[in-house]
Amino acid sequence: MARFRHLISIDDLSKDDIVYILDKAEEFEEIARGKKSNILDGKILANLFFEPSTRTRMSFEVAMKRLGGDVLNMTAQEASSIAKGETLADTIRVVSKYADAIVIRHPLEGSARLAAEFSEVPVINAGDGAGQHPTQTLLDLYTIRKESRLEGLKIALLGDLKYSRTVHSLIKALTLFNAKIYLISPESLRLPEEFLEELEGDIEIANLEDVIGEIDVLYVTRIQKERFPDEEEYRKVAGSYKITPKILKDAKEDLIIMHPLPRVDEIDPAVDRTKHAKYFDQAFYGVPVRMAILTEVMVD
Amino acid sequence: MAEKELVISKIKEGTVIDHINAGKALLVLRILGIGPGSKETVSMVMNVPSEKMGKKDIVKVEGKFIGEEELNKIALIAPKATINLIKDYDIQKKFKVTLPEMIEGILSCPNRNCITNSREPIIPRFYVFVENDRVVAKCYYCGRKIKDVDKYIV
Repeated sequence: MARFRHLISIDDLSKDDIVYILDKAEEFEEIARGKKSNILDGKILANLFFEPSTRTRMSFEVAMKRLGGDVLNMTAQEASSIAKGETLADTIRVVSKYADAIVIRHPLEGSARLAAEFSEVPVINAGDGAGQHPTQTLLDLYTIRKESRLEGLKIALLGDLKYSRTVHSLIKALTLFNAKIYLISPESLRLPEEFLEELEGDIEIANLEDVIGEIDVLYVTRIQKERFPDEEEYRKVAGSYKITPKILKDAKEDLIIMHPLPRVDEIDPAVDRTKHAKYFDQAFYGVPVRMAILTEVMVD
Repeated sequence: MAEKELVISKIKEGTVIDHINAGKALLVLRILGIGPGSKETVSMVMNVPSEKMGKKDIVKVEGKFIGEEELNKIALIAPKATINLIKDYDIQKKFKVTLPEMIEGILSCPNRNCITNSREPIIPRFYVFVENDRVVAKCYYCGRKIKDVDKYIV
């Protein structure tokens, strides 16, 4: 029996469910690296991307194909013409007749929840507007567990903490594992008070210089240019949050740096060559994690 | 009760909603779907002095027994409301409204980017609960929380 039929929000999963998925992903790593498998032979996944995405879409596709399944892709461009005048509910009803599961990214919040209501097959949310992106959270947790540790973790989240859905979901999940969380951001991009109110956990606003020597994980997010009123303001902020080898000289030996990618200027390319850089591994871990999720919803 | 009778008379049969927070009677009617075109005889008093509440509103709907589930939706804006179902001028049943766990179709989501505000065949749905002594609602679809529910009653 599957633990869940749809995966819409990380909030729908218990700590136990999360650990279960991470354990399962571990078993898929070899297949993610190329070992042959036919677990999903004959199954078809529909990738419905109403918004552009590269990494998420490709990693779902790779996960599906390496497990012997096939993929129907609907790109943002096709979505806009196919869905012209059609409700999302109708698109989902139709596509769920063609495929064994649906992955959806859509600009409106709550769209994946709606899709789950109208679909005859499992729905996996790959990002609904500023809402949820649960597979990203799971792959972040997987990376942390794999490259550092989940229990007793000290983590700093840096960058845009206001708008980043990745950060919001990750913080919620990390509180389940009793992590010590430091929030580092420009004043204008702080975690919304309303969101903070709902959280129970060890969370503190900090400066990077003060905590760099004690954290296990530094999670960097992109500071989105479009959020700023003017270029000048953006430059000031973006410049002050650039991770360079110099900043890292006080870091713990085993500090890992993560980033959901794409990065712009937040991490100096010189950091890529340090042992701390784990963001490309993190992107790879999306594959075994998505394999674990796809098999969970598609294999009885 | 004596105060109330000064303003509007007893009804023979129907539903009396008492202890409505002052000023909320019109919203109560809206939640119950009573408005222009409704056939029931409805009387309403606002800002009646009340020992318990300071001031309160009262609504009487004649000739109609409104269902409990329907009435409980009132708890969203009038959590202290009491219901009297009247038959032959006597109280047949008296109860306090209880807040349902979820409500459908009464509120609209303030998040403009929420799927419920687009042209989809769904009725907005909200989890409702009490937080810091006030009723709050949370959109089932997008998760947006509404602290001032009055403003979003459709």
